[in-house]
This record gives sequence, C-alpha cells and structure tokens, in this order.
Amino acid sequence: MYKRDLEHIPSGCAISGILNRKGKRIDGRKIIKSIALMHDRSNGLGGGFAAYGIYPKYKDYYAFHVMIDDEESRNRFECYVNQHFTVEHDEKIPTAKVNGIHNPPILARYFVKVGEGKLEDAGIAEEDYVVRQVMHVNSNIPGAFISSSGKNMGGFKGVGYPEDIAKFFKLEDYNAYLWTSHGRFPTNTPGWWGGAHPMTLLDWSVVHNGEISSYGINKRYLEMFGYKMELMTDTEVIAYLFDLLVRRHKLPIRIATAALAPPFWKDIDAMPEPQRKAYTAIRSVYGGALMNGPFSILVGFTGGMIGLNDRIKLRPMIAAEKGDFMYMASEEAGIRVIEPEPEKVWAPKAGVPTIGLLDEGVEL
Amino acid sequence: MTKIDATDMLYRDLNNRIHTLADRGEKHIELRNVCGQKFIGDALKGDVKIDIYGIPGNDLAAFMDGPEIEVHSNGQDGIGNTMNAGKVIVHGHAGDVIGYAMRGGKIFVRGDVGYRVGIHMKSYKDNVPYIVIGGCASNFFGEYMAGGVMVLLGINGDDSPIAGDYVGSGMHGGVMYIRGDIEDRYLGREVKKLELDAEDHRRLSELVREYCAHFGCDYDEIMAKKFIKLAPKSHRPYGNLYAH
Amino acid sequence: MSTPGVMATQVPPEFTVEINERKCVRCKRCTTECGFEALTYSREYDAIVADDAKCVACHRCVTMCPKHAIRVTDNSLAYKANANFSDIHRKNILKQAETGGILLTAMGCDRDYPVLWDHILIDACQVTNPSIDPLREPMELRTYIGRKPDCLEFDPDSDPLKLKTELAPNLKLDVPVVFGGMSYGSVSYPVHKSLMLAAERCGTFMNTGEGGLHRDFYRHKDHVIVQCASGRFGVHEEYLNAGAAIEIKIGQGAKPGIGGHLPGEKVSEDVSKTRMIPAGTDALSPAPHHDIYSIEDLSQLIYALKEATRYRKPVGVKVAAVHNIAAICSGIVRAGADYISIDGFRGGTGAAPRVIRDNVGIPIELALAAVDDRLRQEGIRNQTSLICGGGIRQSSDVIKAIALGADAVMIGTSALVALGCRVCQKCNTGKCSWGIATQNPRLTARLDPEEGAQRLTNLLNAWSHETQEVLGALGVNAIESLRGSRERLRGVGLDEKTLEILGIKPAGR
Ligand code: SF4
Ligand code: SF4
Repeated sequence: MYKRDLEHIPSGCAISGILNRKGKRIDGRKIIKSIALMHDRSNGLGGGFAAYGIYPKYKDYYAFHVMIDDEESRNRFECYVNQHFTVEHDEKIPTAKVNGIHNPPILARYFVKVGEGKLEDAGIAEEDYVVRQVMHVNSNIPGAFISSSGKNMGGFKGVGYPEDIAKFFKLEDYNAYLWTSHGRFPTNTPGWWGGAHPMTLLDWSVVHNGEISSYGINKRYLEMFGYKMELMTDTEVIAYLFDLLVRRHKLPIRIATAALAPPFWKDIDAMPEPQRKAYTAIRSVYGGALMNGPFSILVGFTGGMIGLNDRIKLRPMIAAEKGDFMYMASEEAGIRVIEPEPEKVWAPKAGVPTIGLLDEGVEL
Repeated sequence: MTKIDATDMLYRDLNNRIHTLADRGEKHIELRNVCGQKFIGDALKGDVKIDIYGIPGNDLAAFMDGPEIEVHSNGQDGIGNTMNAGKVIVHGHAGDVIGYAMRGGKIFVRGDVGYRVGIHMKSYKDNVPYIVIGGCASNFFGEYMAGGVMVLLGINGDDSPIAGDYVGSGMHGGVMYIRGDIEDRYLGREVKKLELDAEDHRRLSELVREYCAHFGCDYDEIMAKKFIKLAPKSHRPYGNLYAH
Repeated sequence: MSTPGVMATQVPPEFTVEINERKCVRCKRCTTECGFEALTYSREYDAIVADDAKCVACHRCVTMCPKHAIRVTDNSLAYKANANFSDIHRKNILKQAETGGILLTAMGCDRDYPVLWDHILIDACQVTNPSIDPLREPMELRTYIGRKPDCLEFDPDSDPLKLKTELAPNLKLDVPVVFGGMSYGSVSYPVHKSLMLAAERCGTFMNTGEGGLHRDFYRHKDHVIVQCASGRFGVHEEYLNAGAAIEIKIGQGAKPGIGGHLPGEKVSEDVSKTRMIPAGTDALSPAPHHDIYSIEDLSQLIYALKEATRYRKPVGVKVAAVHNIAAICSGIVRAGADYISIDGFRGGTGAAPRVIRDNVGIPIELALAAVDDRLRQEGIRNQTSLICGGGIRQSSDVIKAIALGADAVMIGTSALVALGCRVCQKCNTGKCSWGIATQNPRLTARLDPEEGAQRLTNLLNAWSHETQEVLGALGVNAIESLRGSRERLRGVGLDEKTLEILGIKPAGR
C-alpha cells in the first residue's frame, strides 16, 4: 500500500444516500440497489459506503476501521493504539470472496475509548485528541490506515465497483438508519483502497461527485488549523472542513454550508441587515473554506445528512421524501429504483444545502 | 470638572472616557492614580484641560490638537508626538523623543529630558511648535529639526554639560536657545552658533516668562545667564551629496 | 566630505536624438515639450538642434511631434568588451570621480535579476473539472482587507441570521489592486487627482504616500489610504481621519532602511502647504521612525493611531522585503497591524541612491511566499491581510501573486506608465516632461486628471477582465478560491530550493 500518493487525483462519480428520520434501521440492500443503478458513473476503481447506527452494542466507543498491509504493520498499529486508547474489542471485518475484488488489505475494526488521564496530559478536548491520533497513524505509521473513526458508524470502501464492494463487505448484514454510498471514476489508477470514498473523520463521512477546484487553498486553510491532508483528495478536505466549522467553530449547519458555498456578492449586497452583515462576514472570514468548482456532496454524521452543491450547480443532485425516509442521489433514477413513488422530489438549488436531520428526541 | 480614578484602568477604557467627556463639552478633567496608561490626549481636540496625577504612559498628547495637559509628576517617552496644537506641562522630568515631528503647541518640562528631544520638529506659517526644557538634555537634541523653537535652560544642572552630543544634527530649520554654551565638538555638522538679536530676545523672554508662571521660578535669575542661539547653516543641507 | 568643484563631464550622452529635417516643419513644439530642455531651435540653421547629453529618452517630443520627425536611439558607443567592467560601471565611476556624489536614481531596480513571475505558470481545467465562462457567469473579485477573526459566532436563536462577533474595520476592494503610496511632492497634483478619481471609480484605494493629502482631496476619503511615515509630513488629527485606513510606512522596496529626501526644488507652494513645511526646503524623512526603535514601539504607534481614530479604521504597516521578512511580518501582525504592505526590491521610488536601489532587499515573489507560509504556520494569517507590490507589471503578475498568498497587490510604476511615464528614471530631477514627477506648473498642466483617471480605470478594468478570464479557466468563480492556492501554479526553470520557498511544484508534476 502506498498511501501517500502525492498527486492530487481528480475523479468523477455517483453518490446516493438514505436517511430514516425516526432512526429506524434498514439493511444495506436498498442503498446497494440505488448505487448499482448508476453503475456507469463509476469505472470500477473505487466504491464505498458509510453506515450509521450499525454498532449499537459498542455505541459509546470510537469504531476504528483499519486497513493494514501486513502483520508487521498490524503490530505497529496495535502497539500505538494500545498506547493511546483503551481497546474494548477488536475483530476482523467480515468479508466475502467476490469476483472483481482483488488484493484487499487486512481489514480490522477496533472499538476504543480514550484512556484515563490521556486528555489531561494532552490538555485538549476528547475529539481533538482522537483526531490527532488518527492523523498521526495515517501519516506516520507505515502500512496502517484508519479509514473511519466515528462512534456507532463505519466506512466500508475499496477498489472495485460499489455493488461488488458491498458484497465483499456483506453489507446486507448491517442495519443502519443512515446510508451513504459512492461509485468512483478516478482519472488514474492509484490502486489504493484508502483512496476510495467515503472519506471520514470522527463521525463525519463525505461522498462526493466532482472536483474541488479550490482544493489548493482549502488544504492550506485547513493546515493552519492543524489538519493534515494525507490523501491528497478534495473529498478529505470536505470532511475536515465540516469538522472544523461545525464541531470546532460550532457554526450552525446552515452557516457552515454558507461558508462552503456562499451566496454571490450581488445577492449578499441585496440582503437586508443584519443578514447582509452576517453573510459579508462569513465570506470575508471564511474565504479559505469556500469550495469552488463542480461538486455535489453528501455529508453524513450522527445527526443526519447534508446534501450540498457548488454555487453554480455544475454537478447533479436530486432529493426526495417518503414518510420518514429522505433520499438524495446523483440521478433521480437512483432514488426511483428503491422508492418508486416518493411524496416529494426536487432538485436542490445551487449552493443551498439540503439538510435531513433525525427527528428531535430520537433514541439511537 | 470631572474626576476619574484611573486605578487599574486599561488605557483604551480611560481614553474612551476622556474622549466621551470632551465630546460632551467637559472643560476640565482630573485623572488620579494614573500609572502607565498610554495615549492620553491622543488626537484630542478642543479646549479641555486635563490634570494628571501619577505617571502617564508613552505617547502622551500624541496628535493632540488644542487641549492642555498638566502632568504633576514625571512623564515618560514620546510626549507630544506629532502634536498639532495645545500645551503639555510636565512638573518632573521626561523621557526620550519628546515632541517628535511636533508642528504646533507648546511643551514645558521642568526637569531633565532624554535623547532626541524635538526631533524633526517643524513649523509651517503661523503654526510654530515650542519646547522649553528646564533641566538638561541628552544626545541628539533637535536632530533633523526643521522648524519651531526649542529652549534649553539647564537650571537644575550640576557640572554635567547642558546637552549631550550631536546637538542639532541634521537641523535644517527652526532655532534653539541654549542657556550657557555648548562646545563646538558636540554640535551637529549642519548647525551654527549665533548671537541673539532683538527678535530672539523678545521670543525667548516670552517663553521663559511662561515657563516661570507654570513652575513658579524667578525670571530674572534665569535670564541673568547668557544664552547662545543655534540655527541651521542651510535649509538644504544635503544639496551637494548626490550625482545624477 | 568636502564639496567638489564642477568639472566638465567625460561621460558620453546616453541617447542620440535625430530630427528628420525633411519631415520637420519647424513648428518648434518639441522645444517646449521637452522638460529637460534638450531641444532648441537654431535660427542660424533654421533647424531643431538636440543636446544629446540632456536627453533622457522620455519620448515626450517623439509623441508630441505632429510630423513624427523625431527619433531617439541608444548612443551605442562601442566599448572594449569586458564581462566584468560593463559600460555602465565605467560611466558610473566617471560620474563619481567628477562629483564625489552618491549616485542618485529613480523608479525601480533596472538590473537583470531573475523575475520569478516569468518562471511561474498557471493551471487550467480540462475535462475533470469544467472551466467557467467569465463573460456570462458570475466571477467575483471582491476582496476585504483587514483583520479577521478565526471564526464567527452567531446568535443561535435569531432568524434572520445575526452575527455576534464584533468585526474589525475592513476595506472593501472591488478589484484586488490598489495604488501604492506615491507622495504629493514626488508626484504632481494631477497624478494624485487621477489616482483618486480612478480609485473611486474602480472601487479601490489610492495611497497618499508620505507627503500628506491636499485639502482638495479630503472629500474623496472613502478611497484613500493615508500614510504616516517617519517625516510625519502633513500628519495631523484631521488627516488621519481623512482616509479609510492608515498605513505606517516603515520602508519601501526601492530603498529599505533609508529615509526619504524630497529636494527643495520639488517643495512648491502647494506641496509646502500639504506637507506643512516651508517652500523650497528639503523635506527629509528620517531613516527610522524615531518613536519606533523596536517591535513594541511599532505596536505603540499602531495603537496611537487606532486611538487617534477611535478604532474606526484599519491600520496597516508598509515594509520593504528584506532577508528576514517572514519573521518581521509575524512580529508586525502581533504588534496589531490590520494589514501589511510588502514592497519587493523592484519597487519604484521618486529618488534613491543607486547603491541601495539595485542591491538591497529581496524579490517580492519570495518574500510573499515566505510571509504567507510563516503566518499560516503560526496560525495568524487571518489576523492580517497581505498587499504586495514591487514590480507588478501585468494582470498575470497579480494573479500569480494572489495564488502565492497575497490578498491584493499594489501598483505604482504601472499606474504611472498608464499616465504616460516612460520609466526614464529621472523623477528625482523634478523635470518630468509628462507632468508626473514634477511640480513645475508648466509641466503638470499637461496631465489632465480626467483623462488620467480614465486611463487608470481602463487599465484596472482590463486587468480585472483578464483576471476573470484566468479564474474561469481555473474553474473557480471567486477570487478567494485563487488566493493562496499554490496548487494551481507550477515553476519552470527554477531550482529546487526556490520552488520549495515558493511552495509550488515544477511544471510536469
Ligand atoms: S515637433 Fe516635430 S515638426 Fe515640430 S519642430 Fe519639433 S521635430 Fe519639427
Ligand atoms: S515619472 Fe519619472 S520615470 Fe516616468 S517619465 Fe517622468 S521622470 Fe521619467
């Protein structure tokens, strides 16, 4: 595994997401069907899924999904993780033999807690501590890569078509209230499992269609706040931007998305006060976070999912609702194939987030 | 009159109070327990009078345009920085760079002053700055001086020279009156020593009288000693320095 | 230093002026147009006679001659080849042997140090992400200059959106180009007026330079940055409040570390009124600010100015790009500067010793990259804006500067060229034929501020369009997506270390 592929690799893609607002969990068959329909939008060089609510037994533990090259790397990783966390349980991630999936790394998961006293030593919040360790492993421990690190959620991804990846990871056996998925069309063959989507950090997961043309400055902006861009992909940047703006800066979601895909100046200028002042401030203060270029993204987190398009809608996105379910996908067909008669179908506007949240008071 | 107890006050808050009061038309403000707060009277306008008890911080009366500030103790550095009009009276001694680039108004210091006092002071038409120092001055007195009047009395002086080295270095305007003499080797290259004429005497005596009124000194005693006048040799000291 | 006597010069004329007698109609216009009095009419020969020694190649006569009868060429005398002692070296030694003087010159460094802008190339979109058509889709250049918080806080219960964070004052630029500081005195009244009008029309700012602001211009305050330099010329409470921002000038790229010297010839009645010094005296700016001998003193002056303007205006600091610029700028940010203007060693001047202009400082490209990096490493980049200048000649330089990390650029020489300047480097003589770097009313009358403003506005409009074209090719529609995006730059013909400092990859990678 060569994980530091120092070139920034553009790619095109398909995305799809399903949320049950009541927190009701469904197995993986629907999301697989949806993303498989959009098969032609990917080229077999990457597919992946994020699933929320899948580890109720360990829901208070950070679930580290780890890709490991060999036994030696496993030792290095386990030594580090034991030093910095208390591991409650670890196991191999179950997989099946599937045609078209070759050379998978060793796939394992670890359910961990932050060890006693670690936070006082480091003098930071628990989540920042976890972020720091994840970044450390991913940049400094050869042969080991944490591909997801949130609580009660997991990312499943690899090189292959998404429906094959799903079979490989036996996703029909998992139950989640929120699924997102991705089929990838990269412009070269990095041949590395970590490079597939979703990109995650803590419970943030991002699947992404398109390319962030402002990648260069978004990356440098995040570096200023201590993030390390290991994967050189713009998708990773999106996950970190959400982590920074929503978790660390505590911006409400609609404001965070306004920073990432802000209104045009002429529209801001036409706003009444105090809105105009607020949006002017968002743009001038968060200029480094503005994501420019064609993108549609689905961001999953414990509380729901957010769909967002670039400011001039260069990538497609359709949303739909039926009962407690909310759907978002690159193509309407990707929704219709699993929900033939939605109550409402609409195309989100450029730069305006489509936010699906769990109903208040939902117990997970 | 408004009294302000400045104990533990941040300079920004203190100056905000002063500006607000002055804007409201307050004519007399008394500051008690001042200790190091900078920028008092910064860019203040009008005819307000401020009495300061305690040690005001640097840049007292910077950019000031009219008011009068009386410091009933010692002052620090940078008094009257780029001041335009008004008056500062310091009953004790004061620090370095007093009256930097000052263009108008008056500064009276009863005690000694530090380095580079009156540096780059300049005058324009009727806007003429004045600095009167009761004690002695350190090096570079009146460096780059481009206008205005400086008086150095050296009253409290023991045997030490009345001014340090490089007096009037780079001076190209204005005039200095020094009570006593300065050895030529301590003068800047651009300065010449002159006798006072009638106009000089008139100007000097007016300033000394004002000084005496502020600090209660004896006019005749001060004037009994001979003064010298320092003036620039040229308004264009560096005209020949360049080749084109 | 003893004053040398006047000696006849052995230095040959730099240029040759030829008047085509067949074309010339003897209108004698050229004889009055030349500010340097190089051309006279000879009754004896009924011809225009040129004194080549006086010609500076300002092209005023060439431009104004109705018959295109004048040609100015290099007086390319053969010198015995010598890779070490060039003809320039030989001539300079002769001049100094004759005068004993410091060689004085003007405008920016003219030596052929490598111009890094010309070794940097810009990216464009192909297939994987689309380029955007700037003529028909929005393409935003607006930029805010000033201190910004790291994050914002909002009133959580308020709809519409309400900001809780208190923001520091910022300058709004519709185009990321400002006019750099050029003082009234070194340049003429119509230059200031042209700059002022153009700034107003283009939604940007002109900078007074260190010579104060003419009373006539106080009403343009929303588009003026007032400078406060060591000489404090024309600086008073009203002046400080007459601009939208204040800039403390510590140094200038053409002459870092030395003061200014406006010769008495240029201190006219009006200049004297604005600078508030007597007419005809030399206006000397001390090398340092004498209230700044250390970084904490800079902080003191910054806050003295903020106090003086009741915290209503951004206070910036202008410095020359010198070796240790990154650390210096970090200190300046921490001292409270809301923006920093960094002037590279190719920046212009109205007068500077050649030894300083051509040998002191570093290129803006490297300075900018180093400063932007350092401020990011220290997590203080948001606390300040960076304006860079010193040899910005075209929109591509602007674009590359912004991609390297500048918020905006400043132009001086380019603005003067737009007004007619031919970069003849004789500003210090006060004889500028174009009415730019002179106070002679006969010459300044030639520059019509209305036309000047139009020319400057045209220039900035053209650069804006070009910048938008490039943004479109890059597939982004807001300047903030270019700012600091070094990923979109590549170097050609640069060594590894230079690439590393610039933070860009070589072309092909
Ligand atoms: S301006 Fe031209 S035509 Fe007129 S005198 Fe001069 S050279 Fe002759
Ligand atoms: S501004 Fe200076 S360089 Fe330009 S033409 Fe005039 S004298 Fe020559």
